[in-house]
Amino acid sequence: MTSPTQTSTSRTGSDGVKRGLADMLKGGVIMDVVTPEQAKIAEDAGAVAVMALERVPADIRADGGVARMSDPDMITGIVDAVSIPVMAKARIGHFVEAQVLQSLGVDYVDESEVLTPADEAHHIDKWAFTVPFVCGATNLGEALRRIGEGAAMIRSKGEAGTGNVVEATRHMRAIRADVRRLARMDSQELYAAAKELQAPLPIVQEIAGSGRLPVVLFTAGGIATPADAAMMMQLGAEGVFVGSGIFKSGDPARRAEAIVKATTFHDDPDVIAKVSAGLGEAMVGRTTSDMPDSERLATRGW
Amino acid sequence: MTTVAAPTVGVLALQGNVAEHLDALQACGADARPVRRPAELDAVDGLVLPGGESTTLSKLLVAFDLLEPLRARLAAGLPAFGSCAGMILLAREAIDARPDQHQLGALDVVVRRNAFGRQVQSFETDLTVTGVRGGPVRGVFIRAPWVESVGRGVDVLARIPSSTGGPASGKVVAVRQGPVMATAFHPEQTGDARLHDLFVARVRESVAAAR
Repeated sequence: MTSPTQTSTSRTGSDGVKRGLADMLKGGVIMDVVTPEQAKIAEDAGAVAVMALERVPADIRADGGVARMSDPDMITGIVDAVSIPVMAKARIGHFVEAQVLQSLGVDYVDESEVLTPADEAHHIDKWAFTVPFVCGATNLGEALRRIGEGAAMIRSKGEAGTGNVVEATRHMRAIRADVRRLARMDSQELYAAAKELQAPLPIVQEIAGSGRLPVVLFTAGGIATPADAAMMMQLGAEGVFVGSGIFKSGDPARRAEAIVKATTFHDDPDVIAKVSAGLGEAMVGRTTSDMPDSERLATRGW
Repeated sequence: MTTVAAPTVGVLALQGNVAEHLDALQACGADARPVRRPAELDAVDGLVLPGGESTTLSKLLVAFDLLEPLRARLAAGLPAFGSCAGMILLAREAIDARPDQHQLGALDVVVRRNAFGRQVQSFETDLTVTGVRGGPVRGVFIRAPWVESVGRGVDVLARIPSSTGGPASGKVVAVRQGPVMATAFHPEQTGDARLHDLFVARVRESVAAAR
């Protein structure tokens, strides 16, 4: 796709517009949807964007097998159904799935551990694309490697499809603590820090100076209730991805709206209490401490 | 005319890139603060409506009882500055918006939502903005609207350069009507606070006139 405005001073696909779209999503909720009808429900509830995928993570877990990019027809159906941005998932390292998603006109590509990785050594070279990418991370080093590859937005990985927020909490705390640690360091200490984090030195230096990631940081993986979303915001997330938590619950429309409101008023327990009342059943969820490594999605990617 | 030391300027903080606007306003000498509640709206001398998702913002304005108080304050002459989604909300009419989207009607303009296309068509370009000195403004357009038509009393401040060619060429992307201004692009994303400076000056005038 080419822009009508590609002149010497005018350009598409710049860092400014890629990272900028994530800035516009801040304070908002991005919801997993598998049909145009669900996308409408999400938009009605106040979602800032939807993530189009074939099966929510809880079903991917239950079904097993190889999980891939969704059918283009299904993605196009969702793109046509809503006016908010549409994201879609490509497998880790599967640059052709990402090319297809860009060609379909999705607004953000999620290079996602929820799908089965297609490359065991290399993530996608995201600088090569006009469409921006969001990637998952469990710690700061992983986040910075993704940013080094061109990711324009980072989310905690959490443990998708569990309805259990504990892993997202761990990842968000780890990322934020390491940012604070870098900000306190002497400039001479940053070389060793970059080596320890296995992260590009220029980005380490940038964070040490600014005290924040150079891209927007959302949370994902196990958020199931308004209070979960609010807690992650208080821990420093700038917005929330909700996967299985909405459409695997008893009353998706109400729960979706409640999570949107709790994200905006994440620091106001009175609002969170009010929106949390009478939502019906949350998704069942499962513990992660006894989960075998083979079932863990967060360990995919490196 | 007396000048006001630090006017109180709010940023509607329901969703969107609030922090960047707060930083820019603070840099221009305003006492900048987020606005999420009616009481917080009552306390400001001017309001920025940030970029974000206009459908989400419209919905949350209603859910948290801000829509009517905000309409009333705008009708009473509250200075306001909207960028992107903020421009859409301030407009009298928005094309390609959801039918249930609320318009604040503070600008007599018709805007077209997502007018330039999807994210892969988002772009940045240099713009000449009336009233802004010191060279062009870098306009960052993200799934941006443009202004389809303006009513009488609306000043056009910037257009997409005609050298651009294509359907976007010459489209209106910045407007002002009395104390209300709006841009289809995001001046808060570039670290260039000249447009915020213009707005804060406007808020100072408004506060001084009310004394």
